[in-house]
Amino acid sequence: MLAKRIIPCLDIKDSRTVKGVNFVDLVDAGDPVELARYYSENGADELVFLDITATKEGRRAFAKLADDISRNINIPFTVGGGIKTIEDVDILLKSGADKVSINSYAVKNPNFINELAMNFGSQCVVVAIDAKYVDNDWFVFLVGGRVKTNIKLFEWAKEVEERGAGEILFTSMDHDGTKNGFACHVLEKLSKVVNIPIIASGGAGKIEHFYDVFKSGNIDAALAASVFHFNEIGLNNLKIELKNNNIPIRL
Amino acid sequence: MKIAIIDYGAGNTQSVKYALKRLGCNGVLTSEKEVISSADKIIFPGVGHASSAMNKLKSKGLDLLIPELKQPVLGICLGMQLMCSFSDEGKTDCLKIFDCNVKRFNNSLKVPQIGWNTVFDLRANLFHSIIENEYMYLVHSYYVPIIIDTIAKSNYGINYSSAIKKNNFTGVQFHPEKSGSKGEVILKNFINN
Repeated sequence: MLAKRIIPCLDIKDSRTVKGVNFVDLVDAGDPVELARYYSENGADELVFLDITATKEGRRAFAKLADDISRNINIPFTVGGGIKTIEDVDILLKSGADKVSINSYAVKNPNFINELAMNFGSQCVVVAIDAKYVDNDWFVFLVGGRVKTNIKLFEWAKEVEERGAGEILFTSMDHDGTKNGFACHVLEKLSKVVNIPIIASGGAGKIEHFYDVFKSGNIDAALAASVFHFNEIGLNNLKIELKNNNIPIRL
Repeated sequence: MKIAIIDYGAGNTQSVKYALKRLGCNGVLTSEKEVISSADKIIFPGVGHASSAMNKLKSKGLDLLIPELKQPVLGICLGMQLMCSFSDEGKTDCLKIFDCNVKRFNNSLKVPQIGWNTVFDLRANLFHSIIENEYMYLVHSYYVPIIIDTIAKSNYGINYSSAIKKNNFTGVQFHPEKSGSKGEVILKNFINN
C-alpha cells in the first residue's frame, strides 16, 4: 500500500536554513546539508528545499547546494523558489533534484507548466499554491503570500493539473505559522477537484494535526518546517504514532 | 569493476552516480557504445516520456546496442519500461527485451503514483536480505503488468510488476538510488551478484 509521506521543508537563504513565521521574522535553523542528512536518516520520506534568496549569486549557489544534497542523501527531494526558465529546471534536475516546485511564475505564465511537463515529464513538476480565504472564497496569493490575485483556488488547481502538473503543494496562508492544524476542510475539497497527489502545508503544531489531515481528506503528504527544525515534533515519534493509528506509514 | 550508467539525456543520472559513490563504486556516465559494451555492469536509468526517451536512444544508436548486451543490465523506472515491447505512453515501440506492453494507471487513481509503496512476492538475488513488504520509492504514471518475468510486485489499484528479470536484464520500477538504506541494499546486490 502506498504510504502517506512526511516531508520536512527547509527554507534556504544564502545557503543556510531559515524558517519564517507567517513568512517573516527569519530565524537561522542550521546547515541544510547536515539537516537534510539528519532527516533522511531519521525517517523523512522526502525533503523540500525552498530558495528564498533574491540574488543571482545566491541562485548559482543554490544549484551547487542541490548537488551537495544529492551527494549526501538517499531519499527524493524537491527544490523550489525563483524558478523561471527551462534552464533553471534543467540545472537543478541535473544536480540531482527529483522535482521542482514553481509558484508565482506559474500564475503569471501558466504555459510554463506545460513546457516543464513536456520537457521533463509531469512527475517532476510540483505546482505550489498559496491561498487565503477572503470575501467568502479561497483566492490564490503570490510572492510568499503578500499579493492577492483574483484567481480562485479550485479553478487554478484544476488548471494546473490539466496543464501537466504532477503534484500540488498547497499552503493555506490562514493556517501557516499558527501551529493550529492544517486546513483540513479546504484540502478535502481540493482532493476532490484534482486527481494528482496533494501535499498539505501550513499549520502543523502537534502530532494530531498530521493524523487529522490524513484522516479527513484524500491527502498524500504533509509538509512542515519549524516543528521539525526545533524538534517540537520528533519525526520518528510522529511516524510511529500515525502508524499505530492505522495511517499507512513507512517506518 | 567498471559500471556504465547510460546517459542519453533522459532523467536523473547524477543521482545514480552519487548513490554508487556512497557504496564505494565509481559509475561512468556515458552514451558511448564502446564504453557501455566494455563495462562489467550497466545501469539504464530514465525518467520522463517514453517516446522522447526512445528517440534519444535511437539518435545515439543505443536502441540496437542495449538488447544485444550480455552483461548484467539494470533498468530503473523508465529504463525498465523501455525494455518492454511497447508503451501506451505516446504509443511507443520499445526495446522488446521483455514481451509485454506498458499500460497507464486507471484514471480512478491519482496519477502519477508518487511515494513509498511496498514490494512483495520477491524472487531473485536482487532482493537478498530485503524483507517482504519493504517500502521503495516510486514515481510513475505507467506500469508493467504481472508477467512471467515478474520478480517483485506492488499494488496501486491493481497488482503490477515492480521488478522484472530475464536472462541478464533486470528492471525495477522503483528508484533504488532514492529508496534510503534499503534501496542501497538493492544496488549493492546488483553490483555484487
